[in-house]
Amino acid sequence: MTLTYDIVGGDFTRAGHPSSEVKKVLKQLGIDARTIKSIVIALYEAEVNVVAHAYRGKATIMIDDTKITMLLEDEGPGIPDINLAMQEGYSTASKEVRDMGFGAGMGLPNIKKNTDELLIESEVGKGTTVKMVNFFK
Amino acid sequence: MSGLPKYHALKIDEAKCIGCTHCMKSCPTEAIRVINGKAVIDHERCVDCGYCHRSCPTNAFYIEQDDIQKIRNFKYRVVLFPSVMIGQFPEKISENQIYSSLLKIGFTHVFEIEQPIKLLINSIKEYLAAQDTPKPVISTFCPSVVRLIQNRYPALTENLLLRKAPHDLAAHYAIERLKKEGAGEDEIGLFYVTPCSAKIASVKSPVGEKESIVDGVINMNELYNRVMKIIEEGGPEEDTSSQRENLTRDGVLWSLTRGEACHFGSRSMAVDGMHNVIRFLERLEDDQVHGIDFLEMRACDQSCAGGILLTGNRFMTVERLERRAKRYPAAQSINKNQIRVDTAVLQKKLIIERINPKPVYIFGSDRTRAMDKMNKVQRIICFLPGIDCGACGAPNCHALAEDMVNGKAKMSDCVFLQQMWEDEGKIQTGKAYRNLEKKWGIDRFKADCNKRGRRNEGF
Repeated sequence: MTLTYDIVGGDFTRAGHPSSEVKKVLKQLGIDARTIKSIVIALYEAEVNVVAHAYRGKATIMIDDTKITMLLEDEGPGIPDINLAMQEGYSTASKEVRDMGFGAGMGLPNIKKNTDELLIESEVGKGTTVKMVNFFK
Repeated sequence: MSGLPKYHALKIDEAKCIGCTHCMKSCPTEAIRVINGKAVIDHERCVDCGYCHRSCPTNAFYIEQDDIQKIRNFKYRVVLFPSVMIGQFPEKISENQIYSSLLKIGFTHVFEIEQPIKLLINSIKEYLAAQDTPKPVISTFCPSVVRLIQNRYPALTENLLLRKAPHDLAAHYAIERLKKEGAGEDEIGLFYVTPCSAKIASVKSPVGEKESIVDGVINMNELYNRVMKIIEEGGPEEDTSSQRENLTRDGVLWSLTRGEACHFGSRSMAVDGMHNVIRFLERLEDDQVHGIDFLEMRACDQSCAGGILLTGNRFMTVERLERRAKRYPAAQSINKNQIRVDTAVLQKKLIIERINPKPVYIFGSDRTRAMDKMNKVQRIICFLPGIDCGACGAPNCHALAEDMVNGKAKMSDCVFLQQMWEDEGKIQTGKAYRNLEKKWGIDRFKADCNKRGRRNEGF
């Protein structure tokens, strides 16, 4: 099954909606709690990244018997140096975003920790695509 | 560990039910469906919160209780009631009048359950201080919240506080006290006065315990009537203060919102009202709540002052209790001599076993089949109108779709789809009408000027 959500850049009030919805589906499928928690954390962080940095984006969630694939595509400034962005504590978030409690430079490292596969592609000035895969036990 | 079989106190009187869907719409766990014009409770999903009881315009919901005459079987007849009961009586009625009336009804001992609350406070503090305690600790005071977590938030069961509620404390305390007076255990009858359906269920089949310690349960509204009658007839007003010697300010306030939370952890929160509790648990499950030590959660708005078996207005009840509390000492000021029994014995009894999850919303244990069902639900939803009217007998379109894949409903239950099919000539009008009659009862569409279930009825 496939679920899609639009993400609006700058709208922190709605961040967390897709991850919460996906969680409900996974619970009904009887996926174990630990796996669900990792997925929810990773998806939430990825959503917040789109909200905090991009202009708009889309989350496409594909679920089958064995795994969940989460694809987040955004139109935004892109990431110039992905390796640098993956470092804990590295952040380019604006003061405004940090004041709201986001942008501590833990987003991508946290995603890495909570996913089985992570692929980031980015083009400066165009946007970023994050693909995350988690396998069910 | 699962204790006794799950007991449900809430029942529906079919003769009174008019199938108005108020209960179905207000149920926070989607446990009610209307079948053949009558509401039916799914006991797996029901958490006994009583929101249905509150919303019913015909009082079709009732709560089973024991016959009060049962107390006659015992030599020592103990009434255990939560402090909140005092708060619902009109201001002019004194504590002594209420206690004296209870003695006149036939009880020999009167115990407000929140005493000696110090023992419970200390026991919970000890639990919170243990190294391996997962935080935030969620209180097990409200049985509806415990069942909700078992059913719907299985991962959070490990956060549940493994300590008993005040009614257990008081039950054990009463037994120990009476044994000291020379009573044999068989001679003691404990009768618990409940403010709600959830507490009854937890007394009859306690979660995390093997057996119930109480001999009978009496509904608070029933006892309210009996006490009021005696008082109105000019009943006695004796000095009963000796029966309250271990009652404290903190005990009186315990069942109100923040009554527990104010004692624990450097950071604690109190959430009341079922919908607030659900929203908060969703957040907690999403790992969006950090640094909280203790969570008090109660199903009713204003906690037990809003219990469905209370008579007074919940805000007035809170106000009276808050003023009453000021006249009592602090919990920690109660000393060993006052308690009069071996507190170590009571402390041991306050511990409960781990509470297991009982997920009821999953589509079976086979993942391939569950996936299949989930896909079907998604497809069915594409065709449903999304109006959530309830005319199918399910609370919303999503619930109807889930019922369909679980074999409990069919496409033609949706009145809008039926209408469309009639227009397309796929179903005959007569057949469609009979479908409706089947769902809502033969006489449903007859004119009736005394029809119940109007606006604000049942609120």
